[in-house]
Amino acid sequence: MEFNSNSAFMYVVVTVVIAFVLLQSVVFFVKAWKRGKELGMDTQALKKTIGASAIFTIAPAFAILLGVIALSNALGFPLPWLRLSVIGSLTYEATAAAAAATAVGSSLSEHITDPKVFAAIAWVMALGIIPGLVLVPIFGKKIEKGISNIKSKDSKWGKIFLSGLFLGMISAFLGLVFAHVHEGLTGWIPVFVMFASAALMMICGLIRKLFNAKWIEDYALPISLLGGMALSIPITTLVQNILG
Amino acid sequence: MKQEMSYRDSIHKTGRIWILSALAMLLAVPAAICIYYSAWPPIGGVLKGLLSIVPIFWTVGVIEVFTYVPMLGTGGSYLGFVTGNLANLKVPCALNSMDRAGVQPGTDEGEVISTLAIATSSIVTTLIIALGVLLLSQITPVLESPTLQPAFENILPALFGALGVVFVSKDWKIAVAPLLFMVTLFLLVPSLSSAVGILVPVGALIAIGVARVLYKKGML
Repeated sequence: MEFNSNSAFMYVVVTVVIAFVLLQSVVFFVKAWKRGKELGMDTQALKKTIGASAIFTIAPAFAILLGVIALSNALGFPLPWLRLSVIGSLTYEATAAAAAATAVGSSLSEHITDPKVFAAIAWVMALGIIPGLVLVPIFGKKIEKGISNIKSKDSKWGKIFLSGLFLGMISAFLGLVFAHVHEGLTGWIPVFVMFASAALMMICGLIRKLFNAKWIEDYALPISLLGGMALSIPITTLVQNILG
Repeated sequence: MKQEMSYRDSIHKTGRIWILSALAMLLAVPAAICIYYSAWPPIGGVLKGLLSIVPIFWTVGVIEVFTYVPMLGTGGSYLGFVTGNLANLKVPCALNSMDRAGVQPGTDEGEVISTLAIATSSIVTTLIIALGVLLLSQITPVLESPTLQPAFENILPALFGALGVVFVSKDWKIAVAPLLFMVTLFLLVPSLSSAVGILVPVGALIAIGVARVLYKKGML
C-alpha cells in the first residue's frame, strides 16, 4: 500500500477515535446534567456554566488548531488532528514528534513520506503520554479519599488546602510569564499582556459592583482572555516601535 | 451520603471503562498504521525517541494526576485526562466555573459543575478543530496572519493574568509566597519554562505550607 499521511485510511482511523472521545464527552455531559437535576441544582446555573465554558473555550481551541496546522507540514493533517483533539497539548505533541523524528534519523522540517518513520513518530507520541490514562483509573479514587479525609478532619483546613493547590498551579504559570524578561523589552510583552488581562478582570469586577451587572460575572474570564489577547497586538506593535 | 457514594462509585466504574477503552484506541492507531502499510519501525528508533521524552513527560504526567484530580473531581478527571489540554484549558475552565457557580471542588455540586464545564469545553474544542480541518484552506491565512500572531503567542499570560486576579485576590495571604518564589525562579532560571509542569507541585507545597502556618496562627 502506497503510504500517504493524508490518505483516506488515515482520516477514517482518526475520525473513529475522535468520534469515540466526543461520545465520552457527551455521555459525561448527560450524566452530570442529570445528577445536577437530581441534586435540585438551578437549571439556569447549569446553563450558565455550559454557556460560559463554551465561550471561554473558543480562543484556546483556535490556538490548538494552529498547532494542528504547524505539525501538518511534516505529518499531514489526520495524525496532528487526532493528537491535538485528545490528551496532550501542543507542547507535548510537538516535542514528542520532534524527538521521534530525530531518533529515526529524520526531521519535522520535511514532509514525512517513509511509513516506517511516520509509524515510529505515531508510536512515540502515543506512548509518551500514557501515565494519565493509566494512573487516573488506578489512583483516582485513592486521591479523592485522601482529600475527603483531610476535609472530614477539619473542613476549613480542607478548603484552604485546595486553595493552596490552585494557587500553586496559578503561581507556577504566572511565574512562567516572566521567563523571557532576560531577553529585554520584547520579553516583557507577555508580562504586559498578563497585566492588561488582569486589569480587564478588575474592570469586570468594578462594572459588576457599580452597575450591579451580575451577568458580567459569568463572562468575565472569556472577556479578559480575549481582551488580553487582542491587546497583545497593539502592545507588541508598541514595543517594536520603541525598539525601532 | 449513601447516594453520594453510589453516584461517585458509578462514575468511577464508567470512567474506568471509558478511559481504558480510550487508551486502547489511542494505541490501536499506530498499530493500524503499521499493519495497513506493513511498515514496522525499528524498535530501537522508537525506544530512542521515547527515551528522550519519557523522563520529563511521564514525570509531568504523574504529577498532573496528583495535582489535577482533586481540582477536577471524579467525572472531570476521567474526561479531562482523555481530552487533554489540561493546564491551558480544562483546569482553568473548571476552576472558574466552580468559582462562578459558588460551589466547592469535591462537593456534589462541584462535581456536577466541573464535569459540565470540562465536557462542554471538550465538545467545543473537538468541533472547532474538526471544522478547522475541514475549512483549512479558508482558515489558515487568517490564523497564520502576522497581525494575529501576538494574540496566539500570548494566550497563557492572558489566561493566567485574569485567573490570577480571581484566585489571588481571594487568598492573597497564601498566594504571595509561591508567587514571589515562582517569579524570582523564572527570572533567574528562564530555561525552567519547559519544566513548568514539574514546578506546579513545588508551588502547591509552598502555598500549602504557608497556609498551614497561617492557619495554625489563626490568620486565615
